[in-house]
Amino acid sequence: MLGLLARRCLVVLPTLIIVSILVFGMQKLLPGDPILALAGEDRDPQTMAYLQEKYRLNDPIPVQYAVWLKQIVTGDFGVSVRTDVPVADLIFQKLPVTIQLAAFAMVVALLIGVPAGIISAVHKGTVTDYSINVAALSGLSIPNFWLGILMILVVSVQWQLLPSSGYTSPLEDLGQNIRTMIMPALVLGTGLAGVLMRHTRSAMLGVLRSDYVRTARAKGLNERTVIIRHALRNALVPIITLSTLLFGELLAGAVLTEQIFTIPGFGKLIVDAVFTRDYAVVQGVVLCTAVGFILMNLLADILYILVNPRLRDAT
Amino acid sequence: MSNAVPLPAAPKRLGSSAVRKFVKNRAAVLGAILVGFFVLIAIFAPVIATEDPFKTSFTAVRKAPSAAHWLGTDELGRDLFARITYGARTSLLAGGVSVLIALLFGVPFGIIAGYFGGWIDSVISRVIDAMLAIPFLILAIALAAFLGASLTNAMIAIGLSAAPIFARLTRGQVMSVRSEEYVEGARVIGLRHPRIILRYIVPNAVAPIIVQATLTIAAAIIAEASLSFLGLGQQPPNPSWGSMLNSSKNFISQAPWMSIWPGTAIFLVVLGFNLLGDGLRDAIDPREH
Repeated sequence: MLGLLARRCLVVLPTLIIVSILVFGMQKLLPGDPILALAGEDRDPQTMAYLQEKYRLNDPIPVQYAVWLKQIVTGDFGVSVRTDVPVADLIFQKLPVTIQLAAFAMVVALLIGVPAGIISAVHKGTVTDYSINVAALSGLSIPNFWLGILMILVVSVQWQLLPSSGYTSPLEDLGQNIRTMIMPALVLGTGLAGVLMRHTRSAMLGVLRSDYVRTARAKGLNERTVIIRHALRNALVPIITLSTLLFGELLAGAVLTEQIFTIPGFGKLIVDAVFTRDYAVVQGVVLCTAVGFILMNLLADILYILVNPRLRDAT
Repeated sequence: MSNAVPLPAAPKRLGSSAVRKFVKNRAAVLGAILVGFFVLIAIFAPVIATEDPFKTSFTAVRKAPSAAHWLGTDELGRDLFARITYGARTSLLAGGVSVLIALLFGVPFGIIAGYFGGWIDSVISRVIDAMLAIPFLILAIALAAFLGASLTNAMIAIGLSAAPIFARLTRGQVMSVRSEEYVEGARVIGLRHPRIILRYIVPNAVAPIIVQATLTIAAAIIAEASLSFLGLGQQPPNPSWGSMLNSSKNFISQAPWMSIWPGTAIFLVVLGFNLLGDGLRDAIDPREH
């Protein structure tokens, strides 16, 4: 098993290197000469020469990449041109907010998606199954930024139940923090609930057809025990691994959700950076997201190996 | 040389049973109707729209739906019905062109990786893994940021971001087909690789690609709306459902109709493509039931 785990970890390395090449390559997509943009309107030849030297733009591109990669590996993502704060500091400042939002959204998705998937599978082919499927597909088809606007309209404007925007740190006021997070978590979690529902249904249908479930029924166990103790326990394996893989979806969804509810997280950071042409921040956020996703993928692989007896016992 | 030897028969392609299954599936038919409805709206927008989508009127700012303006007006007094009608063009164009770009980049790389295997497959697969590691929308936002904000660049960004999905899918399909007897037979009689790929590999990989393309159009429409909502897609004053929602968020309480109609349009067209894609998958691959 250790060999298998080590192999999975090794496969990650080339992917990480290619991600770094892609992110580095993005700055080469910029139209025009970056030095002209940095040198300002004066375009003083001395300043331009200094900047050429400082950013090593006279070096061949592979050398520029090696220098950039060395900085990244040591945690130096550059400095934000807008705030003059190191990009790494900005990311670490904003990341906990998005992680909290993503965690709340995942709880919403699991609480809705998994039970709905089980009910749908157990009642396959009935009106209940059909209704749940339609609801899941609708959840997948609603743009979450629109759902956010509708929720603000109904819950905040008409019912005045929850704040429409803003963020309070849990360290400052936990109650207010939860109040500000409920709507964004519901918005972000609903779409994912649809994905989870469809996977849970599919996994449960596979398990419910298996021999050991048939044996459990033949032994005279009641249906509830068969579903919860025998079927669900086995169907949960792919659901758990899928939940870790939904990390990327959560981060992408957070970009829009944070924008609507004015939450100062990772997503808002990248959007603000795009409009202020703060390319170092854009690169830093993309790189961190990709590395996070790759590590979550690795975690999913490891979890799969650990919970799957056939792989766990392999030498 | 190959003309002297009878060519191995390729397996049957999508048959009438798949069409029958699709027609029997009410949800899939509903999806096809929704998609067809929006395609017609997009094509006949100049005929359907009762007003000029760009015409501003300071006497008709944020008017509620009425006989004069069926869906109301926006913050500049523009007719929402006309803007939503023309917005269908933006959304469907973005969905279609993005997926076309994704297919043009993704499918050839998938075929090369799956057919030739070995180190070519390893390199392409690692690049696919790396691109898939960056969430679709974040990659599209980053590319749109570096390329500049416009509908064309948004379509390129969405297309390139979706390309690895098709590359991975095609690679898998090609790998499952390349060891089939009829492909081996084609190799044995000396057919060249391009001919084998075009005659025997591609036709057998095409069905799941069509399904994925339909579902990706739905994702691309949401992505275009998201980019336009963020100000990175269609630029004002051109109508786009995403940018209409962006301006509506400042008037949620005063003019809720500004948010309701563009969102409903996005929801319905995306639901249509999702239902259509699901229906096609069920008709083509019954294992998914």
